[in-house]
Amino acid sequence: MYVIIVGGGQVGHSLARMLISEKHEILLVEKDPARYSKLSEELGEQVILGDGTELGTLMDMGVNRAHVLVAVTGTDQDNLIICQMAKILYIIPRTIARVNDPKNEEVFQTLGVDATVSATRIIGSLIEEKIDAGMFIPLLALKGGEVEIFQTQLSSDSPLIDKKISKLTLPKDCIIIAALRENQIIIPKGDTILKENDTIITLVGKEAKDTFKKLFL
Amino acid sequence: MKVVILGCSLVGSLLANQLMAKGDEVSVVDQNPNSFKRLDKEFMGKTILGIGMDEEALKSAGIEKAEAFIAVTNEDNTNLMAAQLVREKFKTPKILLRVYDSKRAQAFRELGLNIICPTIDSAEKIKSLLLENLE
Repeated sequence: MYVIIVGGGQVGHSLARMLISEKHEILLVEKDPARYSKLSEELGEQVILGDGTELGTLMDMGVNRAHVLVAVTGTDQDNLIICQMAKILYIIPRTIARVNDPKNEEVFQTLGVDATVSATRIIGSLIEEKIDAGMFIPLLALKGGEVEIFQTQLSSDSPLIDKKISKLTLPKDCIIIAALRENQIIIPKGDTILKENDTIITLVGKEAKDTFKKLFL
Repeated sequence: MKVVILGCSLVGSLLANQLMAKGDEVSVVDQNPNSFKRLDKEFMGKTILGIGMDEEALKSAGIEKAEAFIAVTNEDNTNLMAAQLVREKFKTPKILLRVYDSKRAQAFRELGLNIICPTIDSAEKIKSLLLENLE
């Protein structure tokens, strides 16, 4: 997959590293010359100096060939406009934006950004989780909330534990995509058995959300 | 007419002063309190300290009852985002914005935004003056 990342701050840099280690083709765009030269020592030709909101830079990046564009600068309006430009001019199939102010998430999605990630909201939710175990934490909303990814911890009386996943009665449009047990990440199969205190990550369709939440009450 | 202006820039403040003098009801939003010094002493409109993408700041500027929204901060992306937010959320009848980057201006005109691009306008003006002098 060819991924363009705009913004070489901590988020952009570690995302780049992660994708490279997974053998994806990436291009990182950073507009600050000092930060750029630091990044290029490590990433070489996989990083370029330029302003992601400027058309010339986007052309140089070969955007039209990209599968995904990720805008992770520290400025919300820049991230939005970068994603919109990529959509309008190059018809990039998928754009993802970092949202610094969680209030902007909804606006971004109405304006055509495919997915938004708000660190502020996730950290807030994680802190809340420490306070209230077993809570239902939204991690990511896709397609304007049509599909959401949730995290929740299983309690001792959860109907999901001590049974093979294939035997569970889950609502329609709902799938368990990962389970975290201590330091281990389990990608569940039909014969996986969830246990008390497992943290599960679930993909849930809009319609299924309420039924799904009731499983944890 | 009730008008909300985002950005007490040189253009923003000039507009605010002129519209005010003409009898319009004007509110100006800017994130820098010093920018409001550009307004005339007689300026009677509202000044709101805040950022343009912030719905609360726009609401206290009276966006819900405004007939026009003008985004003229010095940042293209701020103007583009604010204009689209106002169009989606508040459906303000008339929305105008400034975008310096000609390429960006052209791209976003495709989304039906009413964009003033001083770069294109100045280039055109200079070209026509050049030709005039050559004749």
